[in-house]
Amino acid sequence: MTDTKEAALFVTCLIDLMRPEVGMASARLIERAGFTVVVPRQGCCGQPNYNAGDRKGAQVLARAAIAALEPYETIVVPSGSCGGMMVRHYPTLFDAADPWASRAKAVASRVLELTQFLARHPPSAGAPGLAGKIAYHDSCSSLRDLGVHDEPRALLRSMTKAEDVPFAENETCCGFGGLFCVKYPDVADRIAADKCAAIIASGADSVVSADLGCLLNIGGRLARMGSPIKAVHIAEALAGDA
Amino acid sequence: MTTLDFKGRAAKALHDPQLTGALARAKGHFALGRAAAKARTPDFEMLRDRATAIRRRSIALMPDLLERFEARATAAGATVHWAADAADARAIATGICKAHGATRAIKSKSMATEEIELNAHLLSHGITPVETDLGEYIIQLRGETPSHIIAPAVHLTKDQVAETFRAAHTDLDPARDISERQALVKEARVKLREAFLAADVGITGANILVAETGTIVLVSNEGNIDLTASAPRLHIAIAGIEKVVESWDDAGIVLRVLARSATGQDMSSYVTVLTGPAQGDEVGPRTSHIILLDNGRSTLAAGNKAEMLACIRCGACLNHCPVYTAVGGHAYGGPYSGPMGAVLTPAIDGLTKDTANLPNASSFCGRCEAVCPVRIPLPMLLRHWREDAYAAGLPTRGERWGLGIWRALSTRPWAYRLTQWSAARGLRFVSWWQGGRIKRLPFAGRGFTATRDIAPPAAKSFQAQWRGRR
Ligand code: SF4
Repeated sequence: MTDTKEAALFVTCLIDLMRPEVGMASARLIERAGFTVVVPRQGCCGQPNYNAGDRKGAQVLARAAIAALEPYETIVVPSGSCGGMMVRHYPTLFDAADPWASRAKAVASRVLELTQFLARHPPSAGAPGLAGKIAYHDSCSSLRDLGVHDEPRALLRSMTKAEDVPFAENETCCGFGGLFCVKYPDVADRIAADKCAAIIASGADSVVSADLGCLLNIGGRLARMGSPIKAVHIAEALAGDA
Repeated sequence: MTTLDFKGRAAKALHDPQLTGALARAKGHFALGRAAAKARTPDFEMLRDRATAIRRRSIALMPDLLERFEARATAAGATVHWAADAADARAIATGICKAHGATRAIKSKSMATEEIELNAHLLSHGITPVETDLGEYIIQLRGETPSHIIAPAVHLTKDQVAETFRAAHTDLDPARDISERQALVKEARVKLREAFLAADVGITGANILVAETGTIVLVSNEGNIDLTASAPRLHIAIAGIEKVVESWDDAGIVLRVLARSATGQDMSSYVTVLTGPAQGDEVGPRTSHIILLDNGRSTLAAGNKAEMLACIRCGACLNHCPVYTAVGGHAYGGPYSGPMGAVLTPAIDGLTKDTANLPNASSFCGRCEAVCPVRIPLPMLLRHWREDAYAAGLPTRGERWGLGIWRALSTRPWAYRLTQWSAARGLRFVSWWQGGRIKRLPFAGRGFTATRDIAPPAAKSFQAQWRGRR
């Protein structure tokens, strides 16, 4: 039984391109949880098109993702944003009469964001995780689309020696928002600046989140501000390679 | 008044330190108030569920409930008018004033009257309106529009208000200290008392229309609405048609979530209840008119954004919106701002290149939906506007092409691989060129890298690394 457990890892385009090490860390954690990792051929989940109002385009992209993922019982996504797209939006993306609607729902019901998966399937002991003071940034999609709040914190407590420090307005968006920060850079920057100020004020050594989009945004802004605070994905923080 | 579009207005707001300071203070104030109210109301989530069900049902039954409202209000002695659009509503209002020879109007804060731009119209017909809500009074003196649906002058600092009073109240003793809030309130009160006594007509909005009794319910914290509606002999209420609920039970629930979500109070300080004009020796107006305003609402009710009509104008979505709290209300270019304004303004003004900015200028963080007392799925409604805008060809050609190309590349494995490979190469080169970090990108990446230094991608994509590991 245990050796047949399989999990499909859908790493998201951003991780695939910008931070492949997050994908590798996720894979190791899933393996430590006793699963065999499969990486199906993958493109984009469709979120950029969906959020830009291109529903047809989003359907095209989603169909490809659904077809690639539907053979698997367990699908793990190391991103609240892409995970949220699949779990919360795939079920209503297609018209009820469309045969893809039920396939979309079936896939949606099997998708878990990485920390949700790890909370259910705790990894065996491994390399010590990230140490020091960390500010945990809930990505908006993790928190509000998927209702993830306690899982990453519990994992950080049990798998690392890091100290979770509170910071002001931690439920507020960091201003990334996918194409939002491309189309409205001034507004996005003000939001990001406020977020970074709150993180700096917390005295944290690193900011940890489950979404690479937020991390590139916050980390990039912190770097420009000359702050030494590192932006670390939860997968790397837990796997102990940060 | 302004030719700037949303981006221009937002940029202006971001560079206004007084505005930024005022917004930062207000943000904490309102959000903390709501959080405290939620914490001390153990059944708050249940209340929200009930309010949500009530408002959805009211919208579904709206035509029927409005007819019942009209019948009961008429039986109580009020006159009910139906206004298809803003021009209609304005004409009806001035018509009533003229028929009664009214030239001095007092007004309570009403977003419906802002929506139809009533004040300018009244003035052009020789009727002088005086706003009696403190915030509205201040912005009226300044010739501004409200920047928040429940706190119209939230964009101003105390000092700006003091300056405004000094400029407008010429009889104000220059030696008098009006730097504190209480002094400002006192100063306004003196002026407003004169206006209350002189007025021939009181104009209000309505927070709730109760169908079963034909009653208008109004809430305020300053007591000015009570006076506005009852001191003059003539009362005109202007209400969006979506304000109707069936019963007093329904109204009670709405009031309970409204104050808690708006200011964090358990109940607004004043709740004014008006059923028809005053009878016999009752205190109140002798004549009462109610103007029911459509102005795009029935169209909204028929489409995929009907849930917006459930809105009870509490302002919570504004107070918790990262975009609103960064740019303030005026950037939205209409009386309604924040997430609710971004849904309503294109419905009222039509979907254009500029109004399409409003639903697009959201990171879809979802906090508005999380705090909305009537659980309006605001991000989904904004997304529906984006879909409409996309279908109408409003996004820039660059954006539409970009999305089309992305779709084509991402669904073809070899093309996707090639894209990722070349993007990684390109970004790594840029990073090397710029000293180890990506500090400046052209085109779509320009805004993002204007204020960020991004570490370069790894040489091999995840999928390439994974294939290598096998
Ligand atoms: S949309 Fe909801 S949160 Fe926003 S003003 Fe209306 S009722 Fe309040």
